[in-house]
Amino acid sequence: MNAPQPLHPGVNLDVTDRKSHEKASEVIFGFWIFLMSDLVLFAALFATYAAMSTQGIAQGPTPSEVFDLGSAFIETLLLLLSSFTFGFAILAMKYSTSRLRLLAWLGVTALLGAAFVAFELHDYYVMIVNNDAWPQTSGFLSAYYLLTGTHAVHVSAGILWMIVLAVQVMTLGPNPLVKLRLLRLALFWHMLDIVWVGIFTFVYLFGVAA
Amino acid sequence: MSWETIFGQLGWDSLVFTGAIKHPSASEFVAFGAGSIVVLGAVAVVVLLTVMRWWGPLWRDWLTSVDHKKIGIMYIVIALVMFLRALIEAGVMRSQQLAAYDSAGYLSADHFGQLFTTHGTIMIFFVAMPFITGLMNYVMPLQIGARDVSFPLLNAISLMLTAAGAGLIMVSLVVGEFSTGGWSGYPPFTGIEFSPGEGVDYWIWSVTLASIGSTLTGLNFAVTLYKKRCPGMDMFRMPLFCWTTLCTSILMIFAMAPLTVATIMLALDRYAGFHFFTNGDGGNMMNFANLFWLFGHPEVYILLLPALGVWSEVVSTFVGKRIYGYTSLVYATMCIAVLSFGVWLHHFFTMGQSANVNAIFGIATMIIGIPTGVKVYDWILTMFRGRIRITTPMLFHINFLLTFVLGGMTGILLANPTVDFQVHNSLFLIAHFHNMIIPGVLFGMFAAVQYWFPKAFGFRLHEGWGKAAFWSLAPGFLLAFFPLYWLGMNGAPRRTVMWADPAFYPWLALAMLGAVLLLVGTVFLLVQIGVSIRQRRQLAVPLGDPWDGRSLEWSIPSPPPAWNFAVVPQVDGRDAFTEAKKNGQAYRSPAAYSDIEMPCNSMVAPLIGIFTFTLSFALVWHIWWLVVVSFIVVWGVVIARSFVAQTNEIIPASRIEAEHEAFLAAARATPGVTRDLEMSPQNRGKAAPDRLGQPGQKRPDDVLESAI
Amino acid sequence: MKGIITWALVVSALSLPTLAQAALPAETQVYSAGFIDAAGPVAAAQFEHFQTIISLMLIVVVPIFILVPWVLWRYRRGGRGAYRPDWDFNWGNEAVLWGVPIVLIIILSSALWAHTHKYDPYRPLGNDPLDIEVVSLDWKFLFIYPQQGIATLDYLALEQDRPIRLKLTSGTVMQSFMIPQLAGQIYTMAGMTTQLNLLADQEGEYLGRNTQYNGDGFATQSFRTAVMPKSQFDNWVIHTQKNTQTLDLATYEALLKPSIEHVPRYYGTVDAGLFNRVLARFTAGHAHADSTPAEVSQIREHHHPQNNPKGAEQ
Repeated sequence: MNAPQPLHPGVNLDVTDRKSHEKASEVIFGFWIFLMSDLVLFAALFATYAAMSTQGIAQGPTPSEVFDLGSAFIETLLLLLSSFTFGFAILAMKYSTSRLRLLAWLGVTALLGAAFVAFELHDYYVMIVNNDAWPQTSGFLSAYYLLTGTHAVHVSAGILWMIVLAVQVMTLGPNPLVKLRLLRLALFWHMLDIVWVGIFTFVYLFGVAA
Repeated sequence: MSWETIFGQLGWDSLVFTGAIKHPSASEFVAFGAGSIVVLGAVAVVVLLTVMRWWGPLWRDWLTSVDHKKIGIMYIVIALVMFLRALIEAGVMRSQQLAAYDSAGYLSADHFGQLFTTHGTIMIFFVAMPFITGLMNYVMPLQIGARDVSFPLLNAISLMLTAAGAGLIMVSLVVGEFSTGGWSGYPPFTGIEFSPGEGVDYWIWSVTLASIGSTLTGLNFAVTLYKKRCPGMDMFRMPLFCWTTLCTSILMIFAMAPLTVATIMLALDRYAGFHFFTNGDGGNMMNFANLFWLFGHPEVYILLLPALGVWSEVVSTFVGKRIYGYTSLVYATMCIAVLSFGVWLHHFFTMGQSANVNAIFGIATMIIGIPTGVKVYDWILTMFRGRIRITTPMLFHINFLLTFVLGGMTGILLANPTVDFQVHNSLFLIAHFHNMIIPGVLFGMFAAVQYWFPKAFGFRLHEGWGKAAFWSLAPGFLLAFFPLYWLGMNGAPRRTVMWADPAFYPWLALAMLGAVLLLVGTVFLLVQIGVSIRQRRQLAVPLGDPWDGRSLEWSIPSPPPAWNFAVVPQVDGRDAFTEAKKNGQAYRSPAAYSDIEMPCNSMVAPLIGIFTFTLSFALVWHIWWLVVVSFIVVWGVVIARSFVAQTNEIIPASRIEAEHEAFLAAARATPGVTRDLEMSPQNRGKAAPDRLGQPGQKRPDDVLESAI
Repeated sequence: MKGIITWALVVSALSLPTLAQAALPAETQVYSAGFIDAAGPVAAAQFEHFQTIISLMLIVVVPIFILVPWVLWRYRRGGRGAYRPDWDFNWGNEAVLWGVPIVLIIILSSALWAHTHKYDPYRPLGNDPLDIEVVSLDWKFLFIYPQQGIATLDYLALEQDRPIRLKLTSGTVMQSFMIPQLAGQIYTMAGMTTQLNLLADQEGEYLGRNTQYNGDGFATQSFRTAVMPKSQFDNWVIHTQKNTQTLDLATYEALLKPSIEHVPRYYGTVDAGLFNRVLARFTAGHAHADSTPAEVSQIREHHHPQNNPKGAEQ
C-alpha cells in the first residue's frame, strides 16, 4: 500500500479519522477545480475587456474619462479587509469554542462585502449620471459592466452563501460538514479578492494611466 | 394582468401548427409533422407510463437516482433519442437538396436554415456530448474500482441540466422557431438586428445549459479519477479509456467556460442592447469567433478522446493481447489534449489576420496529426501478433482505422491556410468533420454500446443484427460524405437550400443514398436492441465477463450491484482482471466484508432540471415572472439541500456478502467458454483460458514467446 | 437485389441532369467550379499545394491501407501469425512511430509556412493593380471601381492578366467572398476592411459567391465574374460609364434592404468615398456617419502588416 497519506486539507478540520480526511480532501480538491474553471470564465471576460477597452470605444467615453480611481481604491481596501476578517472567522472556527465569535467575524466579513457591492453600484450610478456611460453605450462599456458585474454577482452570491452557512452554524452547529463548507467559502472569497486585484490593476489603473 | 405579463411573447401563432393552417405549404407541413411527432411521442410516453404504472419506478429508480451507472444509461438514452431526430433532419436536408436542383425544392430557406442549425447543435451538444458523458459515467468508475463518482448528486444535476437543454430544443419544434445561424451561431447574423425572433434565444439557452452541465461533469470526473482510484491503481495502471476520460474532463473544465461567456454575451446583446458583437457601437464579432472556437476546437477533442479510449479497450480485448505502446498512447492523448487549446484560429483563417498568424496556427494544427498518427499505428501494432476476433465492435474499429486516416489527411489539408482559403465553408469541410466524427466518435460510441451493453444489462446484443447494422452504416457513411469532398473541391458551399449546377446532381444523389443507408443502419441498431431483449435468455451473460475482458469492470456481475464492488479491489498492474484470471485470483472470496455507505436518492436533481427548463423557456419567451420564480426555486432547492444532514445510507455487510457469494458460487460452478463459443448461448459470461487460439494452432514457440 | 437498386438509382441520378440541361434555355449559365479548374495563378497554386500535401501524406496513409489488411489476415483467429499476447513495446517501433510523423510534419510545416506567405491574400501580385471595392449586402455584392468611377451589382468585370486588388467590407452581417477558380475566400465584416489580391490569366466567365450563411437569400447569392482582355475591358468601362444610374448614398440605402437580385445592375457614376462612408456607418455610429474617411481607416483598418506598413514597423 504505497498510496500517499492525504495531507491536511485547508486550515483545520479538528481531530478526525483518516476516512473523513480522505472525504474532505476530495471535496476541497473538487472545489479547487471549480475555482479553476471559474477563473477561466474570468479570463475570458478579461480578454474580452482587453480587446474592447481599446477597440470598442466607438463614440462613447474612454476608460480614463469614466473611472474614479479613488472609489476603486476604497473598494479594493474593503474587499481585502473582508478577506482578512474571513481569516479571523476561520481562526475562530479553529480555536474558539464559542460559535458567537465565528458568527461575529462572518458578520463583519459579510458587511464589508456588502459595502463593496454598494460602492460598486454607486460607481455605476455615478458613471451613468455623469458620463451617460450605460452598458449599451459602447462595446468597451458592455465589457466593463460584464466583467465587474460578474465579479459583483460572485461577491453577492458569496454573501448569500455566508448567510446560509451562518444559519447552519447556528442550527446544525459547527460540525465537520459545515466547517468544510466554510473552508470552501473561504477559498471562494479569497479567489474573488485575487480577481478583484486583477480588475483593479488592469481595468482601473491601466485604464486611468492610458 | 395582460396577456403579455403572463405569457410574455408567447401567442397562438407561436405554435407550429397554426403556421401550417394559416400559410399551407410543403415546408409548413413538414414542420407540422415534426411538431406532431414530438407531441404524439410525448403523449405516447405519458400514456405508456400511466398504463404500465411505471411513474413510480421511473421516479424512484431512475430520475432521483444518483447511481453513476443509471445516470450513464439515462445520458445515452437522451443521446439516442436526440440522434434519431438529428439524423432524420439530415435526411430531410439531403432530400431537399436533391429536390432543389434549379428549383426551390419543398422546404423554405428559413426552414432549411433551422434544420442545419438544429442538426449541428443537437449532434454536438445533445448526441455526441451525452453519449460520451454517459459512457464515461458508466464505465470509468468501474474501471478504476470505485463505487461511484466523487460527487454523485452533482453528477445527477449535470444530467438534468443536459436533459433540460435537450427538452428545450425539442420544445422548439412545437413552440416557435429555432435559430438559423448554424451550430456556431455567428453574430452579427444571430444578433437582434438580423435575427429578431426567438430562434437564437432557443439556441443560446439550450447550449448554455448543456455547457454548464458539461463543466460540472468534467470537474466531477477529474476529481473521481484523481481521488477514487482503488488501492494499487496508479495513474499508469489505469485502462486507457480512463486516461482519455481524464483528458476529456480537463478539456471540459477549461473549454466550456469560454462558450458560456460567448453565449451570455450574445444574450446580453440580444436582451439588453449591449454591444459585444453588434455591427457598430464598438461591437466586434471577431471576439465571438475567438471565444466560440476557443471552446469549439477543444470540444472536438472532448468528443474524440473518449472514443479513442473505446478503441483502445475494444482492440486489446478482441485481439486478446496487451495494448501496444500504453505509455505512448497516454502521452499521445495528453499531447492532443494540450495542443487542442492552441489551434482555434484555424476555424477562421479567412478573417484577414496576417500570414504569420495563420501559418503558426496552421502548423500547430498539423502537429496534432503526430500523436494522432502514433495512436493509429499503436492500434495496428496491438493487432499485430494478436488473435483477432472479427466481432461487431472490431468491424467498427477496422472501419475507423481506414476511414479516420483519410479524414486525418483532409484535416492536414484544411490546416494549410493556402488550401483552407479554397475549401473553407464548402462541402469539403462538411465531409472532413463528418469523416472524423462519424467513424471516429459516433461509430466509436456504437462499438462501445456493443461492447459494454452486456455489462450494463446482463445480456449480449444480437451479433447478426449488429453486423447488419455495421454493413449499412459503414458504406452509408462513405456514400454520404465522400461525394461531398468532391463537391467541395468543385466550389459547392455548405448550407445551400438550392443549387443550379447539373454536375452536382449525381454526387448529391449518391450522398442521399448514403443518408438512406445510415438511416437503415440505425434502424438495424434499434431492431438489434429489440431482438436482443426478446432473446435475452439465450444471450444472458450474468457472470459478467462475456469477452474475456481485461479491466476491473469485467470482474463483477452483469448488471453490477449498486455498490459495484463488494470489496474494493486491490490491483498490482495493468490489465488487472486478465492478470487475476491468469494467476487464479479471479472469483475468489474476499477475506471479509464490511458495510458500505452509499448516497441516497435525491429529488434535488430532477427539480433543478425541471426549473432550469422553465427558467430557460421563460427567458426565450420573455415570461419574466417565470424567470424569477424558476431562478429562486433552483437556488432554493440547492440551499434547502445543504440543510439535509443525512444524505447517505448504510448497506449492511451481510447483504453484500450474500449477494456476492452467490455470484462467486455461480461463477465457480459455471464452466468458462473459450473464444470460439463467444457468440453462442453457452457464453454465460465466464471466460476460459484461451491463450493459444484455436485447437490445432498450437506451436511450441508460441508458448515460449508468451512466457517471455 | 440491393445492387440492382443501387445501380438503378445511380443511373437515374446521372441521367436526370442531362435531361434538365437539355431543357435549359440557350443563354449561357455560369456554373460553380473549384480550384481544380483554376483560371488564375493563385487558384492554380492553391491546387498545386493541395496535391503536394496529399502526396506527402500518402507516406503515412498508404502503409495503413497495406498494414491493416495484412495484419487482419495474418493475425486473424486461426491465422498463421504467432500469438504473443504479452508483447507490448519495442523501442525501434517507437522511434519510427514518432519519428516518421515528426519528420513529415516538419516538411509539411515548411511548405505551409512558405506557401501561406506566398499566397497570402494580402500580398500584392504586381504593379499597377486594378482596384475594386467590394461591399457585401443581403443578398448581393456591390462592386465599386474607384479609378473608373463606376459600380456594378452582382457583376464583376476583370481585366485579364492584370493584378486585381479587392478591398472588401460588409454593409450587413459577416459574409465570405469567393471566386474559387481565381483565388480563395476572405470574410467581409461591417466596419472593417479585408483585402484579396488575385490575377486571372484565362479569359472567361466564372462564378463568384458568398460562402457564409446569411439568411434566406444565401443559396443564390452569386455573381458572374467576367475576365476579358484589356481592350474589351476598357470598352466595357466606357460602356458602363455611359449608364445614367448613379450610385450615391440614397441608392445604397435602397440596396441595404435585403433582396434577391436576378439581374446585374450597372452604375455610370459613383459618389466619391462611398466605400468609406459604408465603413464609417459602423465605426463612428449612425449619428456620425459623415466623419472623415481617414479617421475611420485609422480606427478600424484591419491591422495587417501589409495593409498598414507603419503599424508593422512599430
